[in-house]
Amino acid sequence: MSKMEADAHKRAATIAEQPLELIGQSSGFIQGTKKSLVEIWDQRELLGLLVRREVKARYKNSSLGIVWSLFRPLIQLLIYYFAIGQILGAARNVPDFAIFVFIGLTVWGLFSEIVSGATTSMLANAGLVKKVYLPREIFPLSAVGGALFNFLVQFVVLLIAIAVVASFPTDARLLLAPVAVLTLIIFSTAIGLVLSAVNVYLRDTEHLVEIALVVLFWASPVVYSYTFVNQALHGNWLEQLYLLNPVTIVMIAMQKALWEAGSSATGRLEQVWPPDLELRLVIMLLVSVALIWLAQRLYSRLQGDFAQEL
Amino acid sequence: MNLPTLVRIEDVSKRFVMHKDKSIKERLVNFNTSKRHRDDFWALRDINFDISLGSTVGLVGHNGSGKSTLLKVIGGILQPTTGTVSRRGRLAALLELGAGFHQDLTGRENVYLNAAILGLSRSETDKVFDEIVEFSGIESFIDTQVKFYSSGMYVRLAFAVAVHVDPDLLLVDEVLAVGDEPFQRKCMDKIAQFQSEGRTIVLVSHSADQVGNLCDRVMVLHGGLVQHDGDPAEGIRILRDGYETDRKAAPHFPENGPYRFESVVAETHLTEGGVDVEVHVRVEIRDPQPDWGIGLSIDTPLGATLYAITTFDMDVQLPNTRGVHDVTFTFPNVSAGAGKYIFNFGLGNKSGKNWDQAPAVASFDMPPTSIGHGILRLEPRAVAH
Repeated sequence: MSKMEADAHKRAATIAEQPLELIGQSSGFIQGTKKSLVEIWDQRELLGLLVRREVKARYKNSSLGIVWSLFRPLIQLLIYYFAIGQILGAARNVPDFAIFVFIGLTVWGLFSEIVSGATTSMLANAGLVKKVYLPREIFPLSAVGGALFNFLVQFVVLLIAIAVVASFPTDARLLLAPVAVLTLIIFSTAIGLVLSAVNVYLRDTEHLVEIALVVLFWASPVVYSYTFVNQALHGNWLEQLYLLNPVTIVMIAMQKALWEAGSSATGRLEQVWPPDLELRLVIMLLVSVALIWLAQRLYSRLQGDFAQEL
Repeated sequence: MNLPTLVRIEDVSKRFVMHKDKSIKERLVNFNTSKRHRDDFWALRDINFDISLGSTVGLVGHNGSGKSTLLKVIGGILQPTTGTVSRRGRLAALLELGAGFHQDLTGRENVYLNAAILGLSRSETDKVFDEIVEFSGIESFIDTQVKFYSSGMYVRLAFAVAVHVDPDLLLVDEVLAVGDEPFQRKCMDKIAQFQSEGRTIVLVSHSADQVGNLCDRVMVLHGGLVQHDGDPAEGIRILRDGYETDRKAAPHFPENGPYRFESVVAETHLTEGGVDVEVHVRVEIRDPQPDWGIGLSIDTPLGATLYAITTFDMDVQLPNTRGVHDVTFTFPNVSAGAGKYIFNFGLGNKSGKNWDQAPAVASFDMPPTSIGHGILRLEPRAVAH
């Protein structure tokens, strides 16, 4: 018996031991979730490569490379600092305005990049979706990974800036930061998953998302502090509605965690925080976890026809 | 040895719904009438079959017969509307070479990425990386961004990755005709090696020749239904018949053209030491043109052309007057191996205009050879020195 024949026999024996498995995602609620998670976990190495591809390809041919990912937020920071802070005078009522805006921009950057990146991820990878079977969640997830990378770079700069021009809070408030970031990642990934699937069927989605992001930017306390909202609305139902936005809660929590001046300033500069901010944050985290589960189930329903719709 | 089943297709049907409106506006405007704005199309209907390990299956059919859809259903890329597909073992799909390549990354990075897409871990890729590069033959460009590659280099690298991922099941969709001749040779060798290693290959091809050479099982699809499943030669005959029916259904050769075939008959004569083939062709001339000629080719049943010639290359004076004329072609001492051979005929002029075609119009059988077998009839001698 030649070596090749021996190989063939061995192959047959190995194959015969494996069970025949149904192809395609099952839409069962609990069972399906488990299967999807296992599938995605099995592809973690590929996911890592895709994230790296996303990051690498973006700056491959530019001489400044990664520095570019910092330019946009820094320019935004400058514009908001001068236009809104100094000229419109918001800085008169907000202590350490530059730090405050930069925290907001960093958080907002993560959210908007995950949502817009994930929305277009299926179309951007249409070639792969149509030709190879993979758990398709990895495409929006790789967009999330790319956004996280940018966020980390910005976040490091933010921490350095705080250390240089301001100071860190020294108590348990700091713990709000990781919870807030985690909540934001889960929440925006859930939104991104749904939008990426919907965008395959309705291409208008990505344009709608663009506009929605602009609206949401001004609906979150990025360039104005929550205190302004509280002063204008005095805690009425509109303010409660405002506080139902997870991005807003995450942003305020991040500000409370990293913006020391916001808690210590007195007099004209004194800031207020929403009541039960910590509780709200934990609730948002739980809601986000439920959302991402629902989003994944919806995604796996919709993904069956991706290859033909793209 | 009883080979295990690798793929099981049960009652698979696939419906495509074609929406004519894609935008939200159109959907809202046409909300009530949306049923009218969609077309259903069944690409596959009630397909049932098993593929066992080690077989090479060819999927053939006309354009739009559903063969590529079926391949994608097997690959899990499309989900069937009804029915189930089960599968085991590792799958690699060569549906479009380099689908996962990213233009801005280097060849090396793309090899790792593409291998991961095809299911190889990093350490497994490390092991076969040198082999992949060697097979592709682009060592000196491996650290160049792939956007600077020529299209040949691109597909070679992609093919090299795909065949090195150790698949149990390889799906191939019309991608074997890439690269230069030595590389094609290499691909074919690799496929042959895959076959002898007991891997399964499912390929979609329009080349009857290729299917005939590679496959031990051919499935002919027509309108989403399996028309034939089994013997390759029979499958290719059915496919050809189908083309023929289509051709007749849409006659682009007018019945009242200037020249027409009346009949073509082939016969063989056994002579001492050889086989002579004679073909009697009867041509009707209705409207004499400045020049005309007959072209013919001899094919194997699997579609490989053995020989082709036109009367323009032959020393013959064809009559060119209104009426019916007979022309006899004689092929003395045809040294083709045992089996059936097929004549295709065509009528036209020197500048390439066609007036009539008669594909697979006649055939002849070659008797068994005295020694050896194959496509040629030889009588080799061996002498020891």
